[in-house]
Amino acid sequence: MNVIQLFLVGIGGFLGAVSRYYVSSVMTSRFSTEFPYGTLTVNLIGSFLLGLLFGIHSGFDELMLFFATGFLGAFTTFSTFKVESVKLFVEQKWKPLILYIGLSYVLGILLAYIGFIIGMK
Amino acid sequence: MSWLNSDKAMYLYIGLAGFIGANLRFIISEFTYSGDSFFPTGTLICNYIGCLALGWFSERMKIINMSIKMKTAISTGLIGSFTTFSAFSVETISLIKNDQILLSFSYILLSLIGGVLLAWFGYKLGSAVK
Repeated sequence: MNVIQLFLVGIGGFLGAVSRYYVSSVMTSRFSTEFPYGTLTVNLIGSFLLGLLFGIHSGFDELMLFFATGFLGAFTTFSTFKVESVKLFVEQKWKPLILYIGLSYVLGILLAYIGFIIGMK
Repeated sequence: MSWLNSDKAMYLYIGLAGFIGANLRFIISEFTYSGDSFFPTGTLICNYIGCLALGWFSERMKIINMSIKMKTAISTGLIGSFTTFSAFSVETISLIKNDQILLSFSYILLSLIGGVLLAWFGYKLGSAVK
């Protein structure tokens, strides 16, 4: 771990966080419902892109630090997903809760796999 | 310095918080990395800490005296970037690909149940003392 690596992860993280905020804001204003479309969208896009990246580029180098650990790591989020789930649970919104958790895990893993397969070709 | 109070400056605060959050995750992953094990301990630790922290903060931020920009920078920027979903998905695929089926299911279940429990616990902690 050196300063260049920290810098690459950091710049990737900066851009990833800003992009997530932007996409989430757009999705939230477009679908003004209780369902967390914003987080679901970034997590599914991010899972696909990271799978694709690992399929194309198998090594772990500076490019991966920037794109994988930094950008896509920060573009997607786990904590917001869980806290939103807890909020749906507290509000007893069972259908959106089950849909949110189910879609996130099933599609997230599936899209990472599809991305990986496409990347390998 | 009026620009720093504008809506566009929100992107700068979130970005800087994302810089720090991604690096904290990177540092923890480097320290927990073990060449012998397939299991993605680093991501799981970051996701656990982040769920607890965000559950707590999302409740506390309703009552603490802090600008909305600072609150969003900490929640969306710092904690949001510290945790990650894409790495979780790809690590799960990678475990399956290496025929570590039991480990991959353990990873999914630990993330699913542990994450929700910690977010819930943080939420309870945050809303307990008003």
